[in-house]
Amino acid sequence: MMTVTLSHYLILAAVLFSISIAGIVINRKNIIILLMSIELMLLSVNLNFIAFSHYLDDLAGQVFVFFILTVAAAEAAIGLAILVVLFRNKRSINVEDIKELKW
Amino acid sequence: MTAEFIQPDLMPALPEMVMLAMTCLVLVVDLFLPQGKRGFTLLLSVLTLVLAIAAVIAVAPVTAVSSFGGSFVLDQLAVVLKIAVCVVTILVFVYSRDYLSDHDIYKGEYYVLGLFATLGMMVMISAHSFLLVYLGLELLSLSLYAMIAFNKNSLSASESAMKYFVLGAMASGLLLYGISIFYGITGTLDINQLSVAVNSQMSQHPVALGFALTFIVVGLSFKLGAVPFHMWLPDIYQGSPTSVTLFIGTAPKIAGFAMAIRLLVDGLGDLQVDWSQMLMVLAVASLAVGNIIAIAQTNFKRMLAYSTISHVGFILLGILTATANGYSSAMFYTITYALTAAAAFGVLLVLNRKGFEAENISDLSGLNDSNPWYAALLAIAMFSMAGVPPTVGFYAKLTILQALVQVDMVWLAVLAVLFSVIGLFYYLRIIKVMYFDKPLAEQTTTIKEALDVKVLLGANSLSLILLGMFPSTLMVYCILAFS
Repeated sequence: MMTVTLSHYLILAAVLFSISIAGIVINRKNIIILLMSIELMLLSVNLNFIAFSHYLDDLAGQVFVFFILTVAAAEAAIGLAILVVLFRNKRSINVEDIKELKW
Repeated sequence: MTAEFIQPDLMPALPEMVMLAMTCLVLVVDLFLPQGKRGFTLLLSVLTLVLAIAAVIAVAPVTAVSSFGGSFVLDQLAVVLKIAVCVVTILVFVYSRDYLSDHDIYKGEYYVLGLFATLGMMVMISAHSFLLVYLGLELLSLSLYAMIAFNKNSLSASESAMKYFVLGAMASGLLLYGISIFYGITGTLDINQLSVAVNSQMSQHPVALGFALTFIVVGLSFKLGAVPFHMWLPDIYQGSPTSVTLFIGTAPKIAGFAMAIRLLVDGLGDLQVDWSQMLMVLAVASLAVGNIIAIAQTNFKRMLAYSTISHVGFILLGILTATANGYSSAMFYTITYALTAAAAFGVLLVLNRKGFEAENISDLSGLNDSNPWYAALLAIAMFSMAGVPPTVGFYAKLTILQALVQVDMVWLAVLAVLFSVIGLFYYLRIIKVMYFDKPLAEQTTTIKEALDVKVLLGANSLSLILLGMFPSTLMVYCILAFS
């Protein structure tokens, strides 16, 4: 039976991170998907921290994860609040419609 | 597992504690004030910052002290930068008052968010562990997101808030990913221990260290606004209310510089060969893109955004020399740039009136006929940004170029001078528009002249000339910070 090693966790985190970057860059549909991608990015970093923390037998990484989770919650709150303001002004949450400002 | 709790020395963090307590006080007091008494919130906010400056001076140590298990450090660099941040924030608060009341967004939240952002910057400046750097940065960024979206009814403000939010969160994510890899390699979050661990791991994991360093540099340059990670900057400058643009364009640059020094120099000094090369590419690209695209702008705020990008290029040039001389020149450049930008945006704020948003370059035409005083102040700021003697911008650029020549990077110095000459064009265009163009028909001469704004703006512009003639007054502290 295959054992799960540190590199498995790192590869999973790297894949999740890449998916989230792709979600931000490629996504042309909905701003909520952008917010989800940002959350996914932070969670993939958390996975990295926990894997390293366990592997190094050091608690600091897990403490960092708690802080990231807290900040991510605050960030999501502000992001959704800005989204509501934007929707009130624009009546759309389509990424393509956000083009008031350019060059 | 038993953990022993050691009471940390709280004194070095006294300025932050004063800021936090007073900010909470401002938040509560503002709730009970009627709209007509909003001036009291401003007064209390300025008092908070003055108290914070006093606290910084009171606890300023002769040699660096660290507390909270080494994660918080108070040294000469932190003292000077914290005072600079507080002074610039005072200017921002006073300048923006009339703009806010003219646009019906004169609310206490502006000051509370601004104070929290300042607290975040002070934490960033003193941070000596990855955790504290991240928390300070997020406190700053989250406050700024909310400040931009503050004008709820403005479409461009909410749009630029969304853009800043998405890109800022992505930059934090990239920075965090780099931090997590460094944590995995070195097993520590503390910046002192990190530099020891990096030194011993250099031969074992060169690729992994380079990989993690790339993420850190990318995250940093996102926050500073260096090309090619500058896309957010012009949009945010243009879309935000001008009072918020003034804030974003000044104090956070100082905090960004501190973050670069803490992470790259204090923590990753052994990887200097790698990050110097990365910064070189970023700096040259920033100088080129900033100066050339600024020429094509018709919006004054957007033009200043591209000018910021080119100034960030200069700051990076100072850091990449990796000498004490280069760091102190970059520090001098950052502080004086923040003062210059405060003066430029301050004049723009004064020109705003009810129902008239001065933000295009054409809005400035004939300013000398209608208001010679403000035209002169803006001219001084423009000369300083362009680097014309005797303003401080000249001396700041000169020290950076000197530092470059000292490490035999003459080609970089020549390139920087060439792009500065290109940059001269669009700064001088502003002066031409103000002094030689006919005023627009709709331009009225009624400019609200609050005495405190007039005095502070005058002192701010005057300081640009005085610092240009006597640069050593500030330069000594910058040199002390890196000796």
